[in-house]
Amino acid sequence: MCGIAGLIHRGETSDIGSELTSMLQALKHRGPDSTGFALYGEPTASQYVIRFKVAEQEDMRKGFRIHEEVKHRKQQVDGRMEELGVSIIAQEQVTEYAHRYHFSYGGDMKRLADYIEDIEGAEILSIGSALELIKDLGDANTVSDQYGLDGFNGTHAIGHTRMATESDVDIRSAHPYWAYPFNDVAVVHNGQLTNYWNSRRELERRGHRFMSNCDSELIAVYLADRMDRGEDLQESMHRSINELDGVFTYVVATGDKLGMAKDVMAAKPMVLYESDDFVALASEEVAIRSIFPNEIDTYDPYEGEVRVWQS
Amino acid sequence: MAELKQKDSHAMGLHEEQLVGRTQQIFFSAEEEEGFTYPGAFEVDFDRSTAFDAANMEIKDINLRIRQLMSEGYGDITVQNPGAKHSLGVGILNRLKLTFDGSLGYFGVGLIDGPNVRITGRVGWSCAENMMAGTVVVEKNAGSTFGAALRGGDLVCKGDVGSRTGIDQKGGTIIVGGRTGAFSGFMMQRGRMIILGDAGINLGDSMYDGTIYVAGKIAGLGVDAVEGEMTELDTRWLQSKLTLYGLESPNGVANMTKIVAGKQLWNYDNLEPTEKKLVL
Repeated sequence: MCGIAGLIHRGETSDIGSELTSMLQALKHRGPDSTGFALYGEPTASQYVIRFKVAEQEDMRKGFRIHEEVKHRKQQVDGRMEELGVSIIAQEQVTEYAHRYHFSYGGDMKRLADYIEDIEGAEILSIGSALELIKDLGDANTVSDQYGLDGFNGTHAIGHTRMATESDVDIRSAHPYWAYPFNDVAVVHNGQLTNYWNSRRELERRGHRFMSNCDSELIAVYLADRMDRGEDLQESMHRSINELDGVFTYVVATGDKLGMAKDVMAAKPMVLYESDDFVALASEEVAIRSIFPNEIDTYDPYEGEVRVWQS
Repeated sequence: MAELKQKDSHAMGLHEEQLVGRTQQIFFSAEEEEGFTYPGAFEVDFDRSTAFDAANMEIKDINLRIRQLMSEGYGDITVQNPGAKHSLGVGILNRLKLTFDGSLGYFGVGLIDGPNVRITGRVGWSCAENMMAGTVVVEKNAGSTFGAALRGGDLVCKGDVGSRTGIDQKGGTIIVGGRTGAFSGFMMQRGRMIILGDAGINLGDSMYDGTIYVAGKIAGLGVDAVEGEMTELDTRWLQSKLTLYGLESPNGVANMTKIVAGKQLWNYDNLEPTEKKLVL
């Protein structure tokens, strides 16, 4: 079933970590297996943030060597970043297998991403100047506590609660998906794409990589590919309505925008609240009510509808 | 052909069957007064009113509280701060004036038979699903599958409604004050639907019977949905129904578009699909 949510503050920042945690916790019944956050903080000039993991959570329960192995993998990541001329400004070990670095780099971001992911067990969750993508097993409160998301200040965010139906319960299959290798683009999705393999093969031929067999990842890569070809976010989303087959509602975020799209069958839910300075959307109104306890006016977007908001 | 079918059905004993069942609609035998209320229905007094705050209550507790108040004879109950919770007010088989002061989540007031419900906010997906009788009035917007499989009563949303409104509608009346989404009236079997705004694509797709009236633009008709001729009976009925709920058609009821089933689909053929393959 899965639950998706998003919010954007227009012209101001807020504690989006706590806000999105509340929204996703209210959607726990739609998907208790894993929870993911794509949070957009205030960008720092010429600096990037990378979130990566060097093992799955379940790997840590297997064997005695894994604890040494994850340290070794992290050293390999450091070595390869240094080799490519990356300057690491700050680093934080968030869990035994998940890391967050601030860095500066003037080279080819795709080359950097490919080189890091060439290390066994290493997966980049996100690279961006504003985006930080966090996902792990458990409900929103569990993941938020684990990664210290309360107090994360920013302009906009998207998130997902996952009920595993067609792939494993692991971090790799959890949403959101970063649109590798493009900075600051992330997607959450509720639905099924029926032309997944055809579309994936086409994108792979164009040089894109897939870390999972999840159709939601394809939307992120598809949008990134269209934007790489010169389309803006709104254009690429409109195109996706025609070219992606199936039933879907997805939410996408870039460095300064939040967007939503719904297929022409409108079979997957979305409730939207919009005011002059704030927009919130979710699979169910209870998620929006978790941050707005008072009565508010909400509505369902219609079939084939695409909306984009600027922060 | 119709006579033959009738004779066959009589010969099969279908019309001698003694129907049993209880509903608050006058539907079965007019002489059987006790048949109009369910066994165990509460005697309520519409002059006795009460209210309670549902802000910090679980869904099950809210529904049990409504039931308890009915058992105490309250006929006018207001639920404050429903907070868009799911499945509130479901399965009420009783005469009752029930007000939700706020919004409901999914599956609100489903499977009801008898109450008059007013919701001051919005409702989520599948409001009043399988409703048998009574009235439900939503003051703001509604989500998709509004009135799915509705069997009787009046279901009114004064705002906009999502897609698949009245899917599988089997009776009663659905009124949408604003716009409705794609596939409204999908597989409709009986009853009437009034849309005062625009209708989305595939309106009335695969409808078996029933009537849809649209005041605004229709993005596209579904399979076997065709335009019908408005009659004086239609306009009189529309006018009286809309007046009941304080609504008006923007260009007058006589200018609404009437959509009915074309009845050209295979299921209107005497032959079963497999038989049809043999003869074609």
